[in-house]
Amino acid sequence: MELREITEYLSQYSGPKIRLMEVCGSHTAAISKYGIRQILSDQIELISGPGCPVCVTPTDYIDRLITLAKEENTCVVTFGDLLRVPGSRQSLSEAKGEGAKAKMVYSPMNVLKLAKEDPNTTFVFAAVGFETTAPIYTLLIEEAIKEGLHNIKLLTALKTMPMAISYLMEHGADIHGFIAPGHVCAITGSDYFEKIAKKYQIPFAVSGFQDEELLVAIYGLVKMVENHKVGVENYYPSVVEPQGNLIALEKLEHYFMPYDAAWRGMGQIPDSGFILRPEFRCFDAGSTGLNEDHKKNKACRCGDILMGKAKPKDCPLFHTACNPAHPQGACMVSYEGSCFTAIQELSN
Amino acid sequence: MEKIIMEHGSGGRATGELIQRIFENAFSNDVLSQMEDAAVIPGGETIAMTTDSFVVTPLEFPGGDIGRLCVCGTVNDLLMRGAVPKYMTCGFILEEGADVALLKRIVASMAETAQEAGVIVVAGDTKVIEGNGGIYINTTGVGIVPKGIDIKAANAKPGDRILVSGNVGDHHATILSCRMEIENSITSDNAPLGEMVSALIENKIDVHVLRDVTRGGLATVLKELAQSSKQQFEIEQDAIPVNPMVRDFCGLLGLDPLYMGNEGKMVAIVAKEDADRALEIIRSCKYGENAVCIGEVAAEDAQKKTAGNVILKTHIGGRRNLDILQGEGLPRIC
Repeated sequence: MELREITEYLSQYSGPKIRLMEVCGSHTAAISKYGIRQILSDQIELISGPGCPVCVTPTDYIDRLITLAKEENTCVVTFGDLLRVPGSRQSLSEAKGEGAKAKMVYSPMNVLKLAKEDPNTTFVFAAVGFETTAPIYTLLIEEAIKEGLHNIKLLTALKTMPMAISYLMEHGADIHGFIAPGHVCAITGSDYFEKIAKKYQIPFAVSGFQDEELLVAIYGLVKMVENHKVGVENYYPSVVEPQGNLIALEKLEHYFMPYDAAWRGMGQIPDSGFILRPEFRCFDAGSTGLNEDHKKNKACRCGDILMGKAKPKDCPLFHTACNPAHPQGACMVSYEGSCFTAIQELSN
Repeated sequence: MEKIIMEHGSGGRATGELIQRIFENAFSNDVLSQMEDAAVIPGGETIAMTTDSFVVTPLEFPGGDIGRLCVCGTVNDLLMRGAVPKYMTCGFILEEGADVALLKRIVASMAETAQEAGVIVVAGDTKVIEGNGGIYINTTGVGIVPKGIDIKAANAKPGDRILVSGNVGDHHATILSCRMEIENSITSDNAPLGEMVSALIENKIDVHVLRDVTRGGLATVLKELAQSSKQQFEIEQDAIPVNPMVRDFCGLLGLDPLYMGNEGKMVAIVAKEDADRALEIIRSCKYGENAVCIGEVAAEDAQKKTAGNVILKTHIGGRRNLDILQGEGLPRIC
C-alpha cells in the first residue's frame, strides 16, 4: 500500500472514535515533530502515556539525587534533561548553583574516566530509563568491576513497561490500542507484549521513529482495532525481532531483579522496574523507598496526563505558570514530555 | 612537551617571550607590531562592533579548531549587519598546563583564517590562570558599514524568500561526536562568510535580513527573526538541507538538526524578485554550494494573529510550530 493511500485513509477515517496510546517518549516527540496529529481524522486520537523516563520519575528520586550531590566527596553524574526536573523544592540544576556537585555526560561510560581521574570522589550515576537504557548500566557495572573501581554507584529509577500498561488497563484507561515502543522492543523483542495484549484483548503495533514508520504503524493499529484483532504486529522489523537482543537480556537478568517501581501519578506498581541484585547492591546509592511524589505546584496534573486521563490543555497551569522556561512538572521539562510537545503544537 | 606555567602570565619576561614567540609572528601587521597599549586605526562613518567568547572543547576538531572558530564567529557577526570586517582583538585566557605546541597551532590557524576573512588582529592580551590546560579566547570585531546598507533582524517583509546558505547541524554534530567518542566523517562547517555577503551586496541584491545560524540552530534563528520582524514564516521541512550523515547521527541520538548549531551558515531573507539571483550568487561562493530557498514570509493578510510564528510544513503534510531551543540540545536517554 502506498503511503499516500495510508495518509488518505487515516485522514478520512469516519468510524467510531479510536484512542491510541504511545508509551515511548521518543514517539511522543516524533509525533509532534512530524505533525502527525494534524494528518489524522478527528476520530483518531493519539494519547501520550507514561513513556518519558524523566516524566515518570517521582520527586523523591530527584530529592535523593540532590542530597547526594550535596554530600562531601560525592558527585552526581546525569544526562542533561534530568538536571532541570523539579524535585519537591528545587531541581538539580538549581542545587548546583548552591554548590551541589553534578556533572552532565553523554554516555554512562564517561563515568569510568571520571572515577579513574578522581578516586577520592564517589560518582553516582542517575540511572533513569526503561528496558532500553538499563543494559548500558550493566556494562558500566561490569567495567567498574573489571577495573576495580569502587567509587562508582548507581541511583536507579529503572522502569519496565508491561506492568505499567497493566496498571493503566486496570484503572479505567479508555484506550483501544498501543503504539509499542520500538527501542524497548529492540531489547525485549516484540513478543514481550503478547501476554498483555491477550490479557486485555487489545492490539499493539511496534513502530519505528520516522514519520512514515509511524504512519504505517498507526494505520496497522487502526486496522487491528477495526477488525477486533488482538496481539502484537511488528512494523519495525529492521530493528525489532520477536525474541529481542538476547545478550542484553542476559546482562539485565544477571545484574538486575524485578522491583516495585514508583511511577509519578500511579504510585508503586508491582514488578514494574529493575533494581540491582543483592550481590551487586554495593553499587547502589540508596535507590529503594523513593516512592513519594511531592508536587512543586499542587495544581500540576502531570500524573493524570501520564495516565491519559487528562490532556496538557486540561491542566490549569499549562502554558501559563508552567512553560518550558519555568516548568512546574516534569512533563514540561523533557522534550519528550507530553506538555512540552503540546506547546510545540499549540498554534496549529 | 612544553606547557604553559603561571609565570607565562606574570607580565614579565616569560610573558614577553610568549607573546613574541606565539602571537606577534602569527598576527604580524603594522598596527600590532607597534606594541602600543591601544591600536589607533582608520575608521569609517558607521562602524559595526561585536564581541564573543570561545570556550569550546575539544580545542581541535575535524574541520577546525578554536582559533579558526573565533575568527569565523567574530567576522560573521559583523557581516550579518552588512559590515565589512576590518579589525579584531583577541584575549587569551590560558590555564596552567596548556600545551604550547597546541597553542601555536591554534594561533597559526587563527592567523590563516583572519587572512582569509580579510581582518587583521590589532590588539591582544594573554592571562594565565590555575587550571587544567584549557584555552579560552575572547574577541572583539570591528567592521565598517558601507553607506546605504540597512540589514537587520526586523526587516523581513511579507512575500520575502528565506534562504539558507548550506547544510545545517554540521558543527554541532562534529563537536558532539568528539565528546561522545563516536567515529564518523562529519566535519565542522566553521567558515567566514565574507565572500557571499559581499557578493550579494555588490550585485545589489535587496537583502533585508542576514543572521548566522549558530547556537540554538536554524529553528531558534528563524523564530527570533520572525519575532523581530513581526511576521509569520512558513518553512518547508523537505527543503531544509541536512548532510545525510548528520541526519543519521541525529536520528540515532534523538536530536533535531533544526536545533543544532553551525559556525559557517547563514539565513538570508531577500526580496522575492531577487531570490533566484541571490541563490545563484551564494551557490557560486566557496562555502555556499548547498544553498537553498527553504520558505517564505507569509503574505500580509494570512497572518493577522500569527505574527512571530514559524510554521514548519512537514514531509507528510503536517504542520509544526517551531519555537526557540529550550534547555540544551541533548541526546535522548531512552
